[in-house]
Amino acid sequence: MSNVQIITGNEAAAVGVKLCDPRVVAAYPITPQSSLAEILSRYVEGGELKAEYVRVEGEHSALTVCISASTVGARVFTATSSNGLLYMHEQLHWAAGSRLPIVMCCVNRGVGAPWSIFNDQQDSVAQRDTGWIQMYCRDNQEIIDTIIQAYRIAEQVYIPVMVCYDGFVLSHTMMPVDIPDHEQVLKFLPPYKPHTILSPEDPRTINSVLFPGRRENPEGVLCDGYMEMRYKLQAAFEKARAVITETNAAFASSFGRDHGGLIWTYMTDDAELVMTGMGSIAAEAIAAADMLRNEGIKAGVVGIRVFRPFPTDDVIQAFERAQAILTFEKAISYGYEGALCSDLKAAFYGTGIHAPVHNYVAGLGGRDVKPRELAEAGRNALAMLDVRTMKNETRWLNCYTG
Amino acid sequence: MHEVIWHGRGGQGVVLAAQILAESAYLQGFGGVTSAPTFGPERRGAPLTASTRISDAPIRTVSQIEQADIAVVLDPTVMTIVDIFGRLKNGGTIIINTPHSADDLSIDGCFTVATVDASGIARKQRLMVAGAPVMNTPMLGAFARATGLVSLNCVEKGLKKKMPADRAAANFSAVSAAFDVTVITPKHERD
Repeated sequence: MSNVQIITGNEAAAVGVKLCDPRVVAAYPITPQSSLAEILSRYVEGGELKAEYVRVEGEHSALTVCISASTVGARVFTATSSNGLLYMHEQLHWAAGSRLPIVMCCVNRGVGAPWSIFNDQQDSVAQRDTGWIQMYCRDNQEIIDTIIQAYRIAEQVYIPVMVCYDGFVLSHTMMPVDIPDHEQVLKFLPPYKPHTILSPEDPRTINSVLFPGRRENPEGVLCDGYMEMRYKLQAAFEKARAVITETNAAFASSFGRDHGGLIWTYMTDDAELVMTGMGSIAAEAIAAADMLRNEGIKAGVVGIRVFRPFPTDDVIQAFERAQAILTFEKAISYGYEGALCSDLKAAFYGTGIHAPVHNYVAGLGGRDVKPRELAEAGRNALAMLDVRTMKNETRWLNCYTG
Repeated sequence: MHEVIWHGRGGQGVVLAAQILAESAYLQGFGGVTSAPTFGPERRGAPLTASTRISDAPIRTVSQIEQADIAVVLDPTVMTIVDIFGRLKNGGTIIINTPHSADDLSIDGCFTVATVDASGIARKQRLMVAGAPVMNTPMLGAFARATGLVSLNCVEKGLKKKMPADRAAANFSAVSAAFDVTVITPKHERD
């Protein structure tokens, strides 16, 4: 029996979190995340969610509360946006280094200065190297379903997961969402089993200072040094790819919705032109691909659902037959190009993929991105096919200045 | 796909009207609906818009509507401030809350014009909030009449999704009154 409700992305996220029964929620309100934090506090106040809601004075503390609560064995949740996420930066590394399966929503928003409350993905993309799994949602159904999957993934590989979705564009737009059944979610998501429980009955020091080398503990056991522990985080990421794919498949068989494992594809089988991006811009690219198909251009879309771990093998397979590739990114690595573009090209190195990769920066600070603009970029890429040498040039979509 | 832009002022229930329409259209059997406010801060009394998209298939477009098929004007005083026709397709439908007839309004271009005195209906039915007539819900009745996209029955169910039963009943009474008296002037043209 389906239970479809027409709700915003933030409402979908709040319901998704509630269905997973976290025991501690700590968040500091920031636009466009605010209504998510508000709804969760209402759930806690009304007894619908049996969790402790910890009010904090800032995002650094919000994540620190989650780190502490997760360390003593609680399933936890937090959410933020933009400068709030940047304020967490230090603790993002700490959560990942501690191998705590924290789930957080990043409601993507441009970063100041200058101030913008509107959407882009510079906030989360700038946290790419903090050791968090990053998943990007293309619509509100994917938000609720991805949060449920995120807990199962995080608690299996002991890596925190950031569930990213576009601010306003999704967080404040209502669309039909099928709400999963609570019992079924609990069947899908086993109880959280901490790797180490910090408790007064078993006092211990966690994450003390390590020296460059490996050392024996007081019991004479040779323990990992800093580098070994960091290696294990990377090894866990390597293992996470299969876990994410398996979790998506298990979710699809339990709930009947398949959002793709690490990536999703749209009409790529015969596509000469393949557009790609993360989040709602990739959904817009589907509309652009439909426009191009109507003109007889074989266009397709690859949606990057998981940015870290990077879906190397999946993208090699998905872009194998492409003759032109376009990346649309709501972020840039200043001084070079879009981070997704760099990562894709690195994945293609040494494979048979030699198609030109065109990099577009789009939609910064809420600049509207329309399917017709993406389609036009696609036509331009095809027109340049016979140009032999490609310059590494990043184009800025719909951006004009003196 | 049918793209609808709602025009009004902050505090007039523009966003709620866009949401109730999405609920009603979904109940009507449209598989794809979205509703969105103007993104960003809102101020009471300032002109603003909200939007509803209605489609048979799930909607993948979340960008702003450039050219709407249907414009709904809750507050006719915004018509002189906001370029409503600049964001309405030629040949589209405009539904206006006004006591005047289409001929009395200076409308250039080829549009179907629907008029209804939603404020008058709300006043008559004492459907008031903080001393002001409620015009967002009666305009849903005018929308149903002018476009035929949603039935009154589905609007009533949509109202119940968004407000308690007693308020939904009071609002629906104004919805059906507006439905009855909406005047449609097809492809109104004026030199």
